[in-house]
Parts: sequence; structure tokens; C-alpha cells
Amino acid sequence: MKTIIFVIMGTILVENFVLQKFLGICPFLGVSKKMDSAVGMSGAVVFVMTLAAAVTWAVNEYLLIPNELEFLRTISFILVVAALVQFVEIILKRFIKPLYKSLGIYLPLITTNCAVLGVALLSIQRSYGFGMSVLYGFAAGLSFTVALILFSGIRERLETADVPEAFKGLPIALISAAFLSLAFMGFQGLFSF
Amino acid sequence: MKKLFKEFTKGLIKENPIFVLVLGMCPTLAVTTSAENGIGMGLAATVVLLGSNIVISMLRKIIPDKVRIPAYITVIAGFVTVVQLLLKAYLPDLDKALGIFIPLIVVNCIILARAEMFASKNSVLSSIADAVGMGVGFTIALFIIGSVREILGAGQIFGIDITGGVIPPATSFILPAGGFLVLGLLMGFFNKATKKNPSGKFDCAHCPLQCSVDKEVAK
Repeated sequence: MKTIIFVIMGTILVENFVLQKFLGICPFLGVSKKMDSAVGMSGAVVFVMTLAAAVTWAVNEYLLIPNELEFLRTISFILVVAALVQFVEIILKRFIKPLYKSLGIYLPLITTNCAVLGVALLSIQRSYGFGMSVLYGFAAGLSFTVALILFSGIRERLETADVPEAFKGLPIALISAAFLSLAFMGFQGLFSF
Repeated sequence: MKKLFKEFTKGLIKENPIFVLVLGMCPTLAVTTSAENGIGMGLAATVVLLGSNIVISMLRKIIPDKVRIPAYITVIAGFVTVVQLLLKAYLPDLDKALGIFIPLIVVNCIILARAEMFASKNSVLSSIADAVGMGVGFTIALFIIGSVREILGAGQIFGIDITGGVIPPATSFILPAGGFLVLGLLMGFFNKATKKNPSGKFDCAHCPLQCSVDKEVAK
């Protein structure tokens, strides 16, 4: 229980995927203009990241390592993630209509979200077991959620702020992200796992 | 010839992948803690971009439209694996410095975006010119961001001390927060210098798939 809390809090606050590790910046900047889209995107990311962590762990352990094909890790992982996203989309469309309606449009985007591939590669690099990998995937998704939702709140306010013409849009958004990241540095060393 | 030159030069300033198209932000922010890492990442991505643009442009009439994204990703992942193995063998230090961001070139939006927006519609020669231009533009931008962060954050450039210990370096510039700050400021200055602010226009160009979401949400 203590490990679970430490991994989740540590990943969200100390090793935040977006603000400290720079994974998943594209959706962080692209889908943060409106709070609604941010919530939808985060839900889809948590869902896919947890699943991807589980599946890629199994692929690595039972397919790549026994056959000594570790050099194919990148190519096989990205294909697994792409196939998984497609599969989740089909299942949701067929069986859980309401969830598909709210997450459906964000799913195709997740294939190219580097945080998903990043969490799979990081769990392998840190030689986590199955349970730990899944937990890490879930925690990473949550850390993305926290960053994205905080940031979309800031951006909604930036829309009405008086900003020099050249800094409107992305430049000022990036500068605000810098302060958000600076604030998260205050959590350094709070949890370690 | 003139057309090829135009395809090459557009990546440098007019359609600079970082400052104008805003593609590939993850490696841009993560590896630019020093000028050297910036150049290393830029060159690695250029090699992958060149390879994937050539192959995708050659296969543009063969790949069916419906499965084009998985097909592009597979081609790109092949080249990334090649680069990854070469770096491990010949430049182990750079490999260590760039770490997880080498395999993550696979999902670098620049490469997928150039495949989708350019290589799938143009001849092999123009695609080569486009890839080299974009790659050089990306490398230059990474070098600029890396130098600014290294000079301000560590008081060095290419590992050579330049402040002589007179001015203490502001370490926060090589920390994650500094990455966001330097990129935001440079992007603003770039807009000021070119007298354009493209962030509204190109906002959906983060990756080729992003456009669809904004359109769907707007409905």
C-alpha cells in the first residue's frame, strides 16, 4: 500500500512526466486550450498508458527476451501501442458507447504521444516487474492528467490577458509552463521510490 | 534546381520546424541542456527524417490511404533502430546523454508530419531537399536553444568556461523550467523579428492527427 501511494505521488509531483521529464509535450500544448478537451484527452491517456504498460511488458518478457530480439524493442513497442489504440477504439465503439463518445476522438492521437512509448521504455530501463509496470503506467497517466488540467486552466485565462502581439499564443503559454514547472520543482525529494 | 533549392531553404526560417511549425517539442525541450546535445539530437533526427522521407516518397503510390499512418510509423521505426544501433556503437557518450529520446524519435512529430504533409505527395528529389532543409532548420534551432541554456545555466559553451567564474551561472536554465522559459522567449523574439505570429495559424500542426481533434471538438 505504501509503495502504491509513493509511486503515484512520486510520479505526479516529483517526476511529473510533462513538467519534469518533457514527455507528451505535443498534446500538452495542443489540447490544453479548452478544459473540456483536456479532461477528455487525459481520460484517454490514463486508459491507454495503463494498458500499454501491461502489454509492452508482456511483449518484452515473453517475445523479445527469449528470442534475443531486444534490438527490435522500439519498432515492436510502437506497433503494439498503435495496434492497442486501434483495438481499444473498436472495443469501446462496440460495447461501451458512452465512453467511446467522450474518448473516441482523442484515441488516434495517443499513438504518437511520446509519453505512452516513454513509459513503456522507462519501465524496461528500470527493470520493473509486471505489477510495478502497470502501476507506473497508471501513475504516469495521472501525472499527465494533473499537468494538462492545471495548464488548461491557466491557458483559458491567458486568452483574455493583455500580451504583446509577438508573444500571443504559444510563446506566452510556454513561459507560463515554465513557472508551472518551477513550482513543481518545489516537490523535489518529497517522495522517492 | 531552383525548386529544389526553394524546398531546402523553406525549412531554415520560413517554415522552421521548431519556431514556426512547432513540431517535435519533447526532444526540443528535453535534450537542449547543452549546445552539443542539441546538435547531436538534431543530426540524429535529420538522418531518420532523410531516410524516411526517401522511402515514403518512393512508396507513395503503393501505400494504401487507410493504413498510411501505421505504414509510415513502421518505416520511421526501422530507421530509428538503425540510428540507435549506430550511436550505441560509435558515439556511446552522446547515446547516454540523449537516453530515452533516441528511441522516441519514432514519435517525433516532425518526421511523421513531413511524411504526411510532404513526402507522400512529392517526388523523391524534392522530398530529399525537404528533409535536409527541415533537418538543418531543426538542428540550428536546437543549437540556439542549447547554447542559450548552456551559457546562462552553466556559464559554458561546448563545455568551455566563458564567464571565468565572475558571474555565477543561473542553474535553473538547465533545469526543466528553463527549457520552457528559453523556448517561449526565443519563439516570441523570432515572431518579433519575422513580424509574424504563426501560433494561431499553425496551432493544429503539432502533429498531423491533431487537426482532426480540434475540428471534431468544434462541432
